[in-house]
Amino acid sequence: MSIEQSDIQSIAELARIRVRDDQLEEVTGRIRDILSMVDQLQAADTANVEPMANPLDATARLRADEVTETNRRDAFQAIAPAVENGLYLVPKVIE
Amino acid sequence: MINHTVAQLMHGLSEKQFSSEELTRAFLDRIEALNGSLNSFITVDPDSAINAARKADEQRASGTARALTGVPVAHKDIFCTAGMKTSCGSRMLDNFVPPYDATLIQRFHEQGCVLLGKTNMDEFAMGSSNENSFYGPALNPWNTQCVPGGSSGGSAAAVAAGMAPAATGTDTGGSIRQPAAFCGITGLKPTYGRVSRLGMVAFASSLDQAGPMARTAEDCALLLNVMAGHDPGDSTSATESVPDYTAALEGSLEGLRIGLPSQYFGSGLDAQTGQCIEEALKVLEQRGAILKEVSLPHSDLTIPTYYIVAPAEASTNLSRFDGVRYGYRCENPVDLHDLYTRTREEGFGDEVKRRILVGTYALSAGYYDAYYRKAQQARRLIRQDFLDCFENVDIIAGPTTPGPAFALGAKSDDPVSMYLEDVYTLAVNLAGLPGMSVPAGLVDGKPVGLQLIGQHFGESTLLNVAHQFQLATDWHLQQPQLNLGEIS
Repeated sequence: MSIEQSDIQSIAELARIRVRDDQLEEVTGRIRDILSMVDQLQAADTANVEPMANPLDATARLRADEVTETNRRDAFQAIAPAVENGLYLVPKVIE
Repeated sequence: MINHTVAQLMHGLSEKQFSSEELTRAFLDRIEALNGSLNSFITVDPDSAINAARKADEQRASGTARALTGVPVAHKDIFCTAGMKTSCGSRMLDNFVPPYDATLIQRFHEQGCVLLGKTNMDEFAMGSSNENSFYGPALNPWNTQCVPGGSSGGSAAAVAAGMAPAATGTDTGGSIRQPAAFCGITGLKPTYGRVSRLGMVAFASSLDQAGPMARTAEDCALLLNVMAGHDPGDSTSATESVPDYTAALEGSLEGLRIGLPSQYFGSGLDAQTGQCIEEALKVLEQRGAILKEVSLPHSDLTIPTYYIVAPAEASTNLSRFDGVRYGYRCENPVDLHDLYTRTREEGFGDEVKRRILVGTYALSAGYYDAYYRKAQQARRLIRQDFLDCFENVDIIAGPTTPGPAFALGAKSDDPVSMYLEDVYTLAVNLAGLPGMSVPAGLVDGKPVGLQLIGQHFGESTLLNVAHQFQLATDWHLQQPQLNLGEIS
């Protein structure tokens, strides 16, 4: 599965990371090296093997639906890049 | 004092041979003298350390001290510390001062330990050399032309150079064991889930695990006693009961079966390093252990499997860094899309971006089955290899790394060759097992480590074997000859 510069552009868009045009060739080469290394996996016989998401085969633990956290909005907002009236500020989304 | 083990410091504090304040000042002085050269610490706050030491001395005086009260410890800069910068080695978090403590930090506070500072690391724990740190690499105290290993390189270098008696690290694919081996200290990656991950910046959530880094196995046991245990705030933390990890240290190795995987002694292993490991295994044999050859037939799948699973999980975890709620934000974003994409371009370093891209690809529509699902299946095969071995042996042993510390810059231009450095450590994380690295010799004046791999929740056995090894050897007592004039 060889990867092209256009693939990197669409992955970068999905990952919301800008890759500048002048970096595209190098980044594509690096990612291609990594993917060709991991492609060794395609030869492995994994028929009928159950995928393993957790090394202890643990499943998500449930707890009672109770509020356990206190409201610390001021502390959280104090470390944000831009806030106003208790809201997080971002550039205008809707014209 | 700076050459004492944690156990000796505990004794000295309880016998009033020195106060925690004197002790803390001695380490702060050592940091002051060496950190400009070795770059082990990202953040040191001497005033808060002294205050904590004074408080510990008061607790000692009033009889309310606990076992480790007053012992200074350095923490990897991946653990959130309320009011103290937690950068994770990244520009993305260079301005991040957490509003809360990680559970691990809280546990050390409750114990009365003094937080000496936050140690250098590869950005978001992605790396095997510390060269991926936004703050520049920490250097190896044994040879400052060489890397200390990574990602917990700052912690390893700090302990090796006597800037801290002990430190914490995290290990997603070898990040405690490999730097411990390169810096000649003892490091333990516990079983997945043994130590809470709450407040530990996430890299790959099904692999990440925190553990102790110190001079001796005994010290690692003392620290793990503080760290281990269920945390309701981390739903993946284990509920298994926590033993006193020092209790089994003195047990005899008579009859203990040690498995040696043929795949870990192949052509990739440096000959002199292999010699050190053979000698170390002979020591264990002399103490009564039985060496048996075993096989991990799916070993060749380890690196490809890891480099799908870890980047996939990283791409998901690191999506939280959006320039909106905390951390870095790019200048003058023109719109929301520009804010996201430029914040992430500028805030992340090259290796982190590569792994996010690889992970995004592996999880994207049309490729999920071929990559991520396939890797999860291979992961089960890799774990099963270990479980099959443990039918016949009690622990597994081999080298921690293919050779001693490599030179700065030697592998930083070639990510794939850097990945091969972790060939012996990655499988332990994929399988969720505990693993240790113990100093086992010097090659060209640089330390190498013996890796011990245990069964799930078998930390006590590993610590026992490591302690018995350290009773018979003095590799863990050797210290780098630091020429202060030369390196500063």
